[in-house]
Amino acid sequence: MNGYAFTLAGAELVACASGALWWADRRLLCFSDLHLGKAERMARRGGAMLPPYETQDTLERIEADIRACNATTIVCLGDSFDDLAAADSLSEAERLWLTRLQAGRRWVWIEGNHDPGPIDFGGTHLAELHSPPLAFRHIARTSASGEVSGHYHPKARLSARGRGVSRPCFLIDGDRVIMPAYGTYTGGLRSDAPVLSTLMRREALAVLTGTKAHAMPMPRGEALE
Amino acid sequence: MTALPRPIADWFARNGWQVHAHQQAMVERAQDPALLLIAPTGGGKTLAGFLPSLAELHEDGRAGLHTLYISPLKALAADIKRNLRRPVEEIGLDIRIEDRTGDTSQSQRKRQRADPPHILLTTPESLALLLSYEDAPRMFAGLSRVVVDEIHALAESKRGDQLMLALAQLQTLAPQMRRVGLSATVEDPQAIGDFLACHPQPCKILLADPGPDPDIAMLKTDQPPPWSGGGGAYAIGAVMEEVKKHKTTLIFHNTRAQAEIFFHNLWLANSENLPIGIHHGSLDRQQRQKVEAAMVAGQLRAIVCTGSLDLGIDWGDVDLVIQVGAPKNVKRLVQRIGRANHQYNAPSKALLVPANRFEVVECVAALEAARERDLDGDPRGRGPRDVLCQHILIHAAAGPFDAGALFQETQCAGNFRDLTRAEFDDCLEFCATGGYALRAYDRWQRLQRRADGLWQLRDPRAAQRIRMNIGTIQDSDTMKVRFRGHAKALGEVEESFAASLSEGDTFLIGGQIVRYEGLREMTVEVSKSASRKPRVATFTGTKFSTSTQLSQRILRMFQKDHWPELPGHTAEWLGLQRRVSRLPEPGRLLVESFPHEGRQHVCVYGFAGRNAMQTLGLLLTRQMENLCLDPLGFVATDYAVLIWGLEPLLDAKPLFHAADLREGLETWLAGNAVMKRTFRASAVIAGLIERNTAGARKSGRQATFSSDILYDTLLKYDPEHLMMQITREEALRGLVDFGRIEEMLARTKGRIDHVTLDRVTPLAAPLFLEMGRVPVNGAAEERLLQEETERLMTVSGIGDLKGA
Repeated sequence: MNGYAFTLAGAELVACASGALWWADRRLLCFSDLHLGKAERMARRGGAMLPPYETQDTLERIEADIRACNATTIVCLGDSFDDLAAADSLSEAERLWLTRLQAGRRWVWIEGNHDPGPIDFGGTHLAELHSPPLAFRHIARTSASGEVSGHYHPKARLSARGRGVSRPCFLIDGDRVIMPAYGTYTGGLRSDAPVLSTLMRREALAVLTGTKAHAMPMPRGEALE
Repeated sequence: MTALPRPIADWFARNGWQVHAHQQAMVERAQDPALLLIAPTGGGKTLAGFLPSLAELHEDGRAGLHTLYISPLKALAADIKRNLRRPVEEIGLDIRIEDRTGDTSQSQRKRQRADPPHILLTTPESLALLLSYEDAPRMFAGLSRVVVDEIHALAESKRGDQLMLALAQLQTLAPQMRRVGLSATVEDPQAIGDFLACHPQPCKILLADPGPDPDIAMLKTDQPPPWSGGGGAYAIGAVMEEVKKHKTTLIFHNTRAQAEIFFHNLWLANSENLPIGIHHGSLDRQQRQKVEAAMVAGQLRAIVCTGSLDLGIDWGDVDLVIQVGAPKNVKRLVQRIGRANHQYNAPSKALLVPANRFEVVECVAALEAARERDLDGDPRGRGPRDVLCQHILIHAAAGPFDAGALFQETQCAGNFRDLTRAEFDDCLEFCATGGYALRAYDRWQRLQRRADGLWQLRDPRAAQRIRMNIGTIQDSDTMKVRFRGHAKALGEVEESFAASLSEGDTFLIGGQIVRYEGLREMTVEVSKSASRKPRVATFTGTKFSTSTQLSQRILRMFQKDHWPELPGHTAEWLGLQRRVSRLPEPGRLLVESFPHEGRQHVCVYGFAGRNAMQTLGLLLTRQMENLCLDPLGFVATDYAVLIWGLEPLLDAKPLFHAADLREGLETWLAGNAVMKRTFRASAVIAGLIERNTAGARKSGRQATFSSDILYDTLLKYDPEHLMMQITREEALRGLVDFGRIEEMLARTKGRIDHVTLDRVTPLAAPLFLEMGRVPVNGAAEERLLQEETERLMTVSGIGDLKGA
């Protein structure tokens, strides 16, 4: 996979430029924060009526990633749906598409704060997935190690010859990786936010996603007390 | 002749004033459905607008709203309130005058809706907000007059388009309402009149005596201006001398950044410590108000400013206007010069300071045009549909409406008179369902059609969201700047500029040099710095393009045999260009090819204005890439684009096929950042993106995301969506300005003069010194990113941790 290779608790992982995480030994591909059905949820709540194509777009990219590495296990790391009702709002075509992707693969839905309950899709529903040496959960725990999480939608900014560039990114240190949001309609939290500076060690890396993965020292802010 | 009521006439007499002829005419024509008064600054224009109201309120002092005054500036509304109270009190009229702007308190606003004053002073946005409430019909039912101040400025922007829709709505609520517009000198009064009037009613135009011709000239300096650049620093000494000779001088600049540098340099040369201030739109409001107050009190000898002082209250004692940098637009120059009209019957005095050699030509051309009163301006065109979408939503917030009636009402707004029912229905559909090819929101429509055929909000709570989104002024992504440990803001810088700063960098803001310390809660924190060489903050402030008419005038000037009106150094430069190559002509397109420092260069003298030339650069380099000419980059100015690459251009003709350029706009340019910015502006106005979400994005909440994603999604899945149609229409003007490229192609009709030379030409040479070079390689960002991340990894030493 096109990405940045690193080791976490002995597991050899690749932070893909697409925003997915690849664990080749287990043929496991992990996506975080898909937020499927976001546009529908906003409209339902009387907000803006955004172009209703983001579920389609997210599924297209998931499919391309799965095909590229021929993954056999898929982990969706929580906030896969923008809320529980959004999971029901997917069109028939989108439901079939998802079912087709699931066929012949182990598919794990981790609960997130947006989708805390069971959803009406095939696959395994878990609060956390323990797959030693790694643990997959939605929100990072300060004391954990070997942990893969999402939730924060980290992004990093840097200035390259005066050009400010901001990209969704992985945050990686010796204990954990925090994944970028994969969904099409997702924004980001800057890596210098106190909560991220508190979670990540001093030597943490940010791996910028996009057409290529670029690793850099994580841009930090002040940590929480 | 309609006489003024006795007490008002007496008041004039008591003060020893004569009623101006145009003031009298306004009173006589008070019953006209629409009236446009064009008068210079200081001509008692505002009073002329209000005299009929005072007269009518004197005759019939009934309660309720009589006159609505609308100005583009909040400050102006507050100021008029003060100025109007004097005659009202001195005449002894029992008239309540109040203003209502974004700054008005909540309780005051509530009361104004329940019990409106006789005269309400407000802005287009506050009026739109008032019209979004259910009680609007009651509040406006008795409205007799509406006075639109500075209508020439409003007519140039979407704020004016929105205002005219609002007036159409008011006219339905108050059929007896008469309209008055007050304007500075404009090139086409009839166009403003048509804009103001309720279509198809006529609008009478009253022209006040414009006063004596202004006294304008170029500023004489010891040394000639430099070959390029825009600061005018070479003229600091001469400007300082003029400031000393005059009571109060306004020094206009075209950009905020240039104003900052000039102000900084002016103070370095200000050995007598004359009180000189700075005023521009990126400074903190309190700071600006302080400068304004000092100005009114006559405490300042000069103000370095930008377009932020183009409008607004009379400054009293301004006796000189200096324009630094080419004026770009003759009309604006004339209006700026009018700011020095401290005495109605004395000529305004103004000096032009060209910032570089080419601007000498432009300044001379602008001087000629100003003397001939040959003003420029491009017709605004049809009312934009993003504004109409917002208007439909405002209507819906006020209550259920009938689509047919609303369409009819819309056509009364002059700028929307050509709107077809189908176009209107598209906008309504967008407001109701989002208007997507994939009909996803049938259950969650924003507007629903009731059994009786009227449209209403599905969820009444949506009205609040609509109100929060009212307005057409574009928010820019800026960040506040303040001293570390202080709460007070100095001003704002663009977010992208802030992102490019690292600790220790210094920059100029509000005339001070500050040192960047860091970011804290989305604020740029700085400390005082003693550095002498600051960087300059970039600001969003509009970069104006040289107008079509002024560009034409320059081209015509080039055709003369010699140029006695130009300074010697500039005339010699043009003469040299004519000898070694040729000078551009109005009906032809000059293209030069020459090698320079190992690169092949192409210079295209399109004279289409900065934005269009920038777009042309993007389109031409793309075509050159297809022709395997390996272009590497380009730089654009108002008159030319210079492209460099590896292979020489042998035939220029194939580059300028109109169809190819148009296709480039449709296909390739569609993915460009300027199109995304254009989309974003319209998407916010039309209500696809909520303004408050734009704010939340800045604060970094992960629930919100960039509008670029929406644009990319529509481009991929629904390219014919209304918002994409609007974006393409907007691309004909503004940042993309493809309309000017079309104009250039129509003017030159394939008559291309391609001159191949062995070295750089005199006219092209200054372009090599221009800032703002654009690299062509689309992969440039990725490459830069690679370099920079690798550098950071190496510097920090943690690159070695890989795989640890």
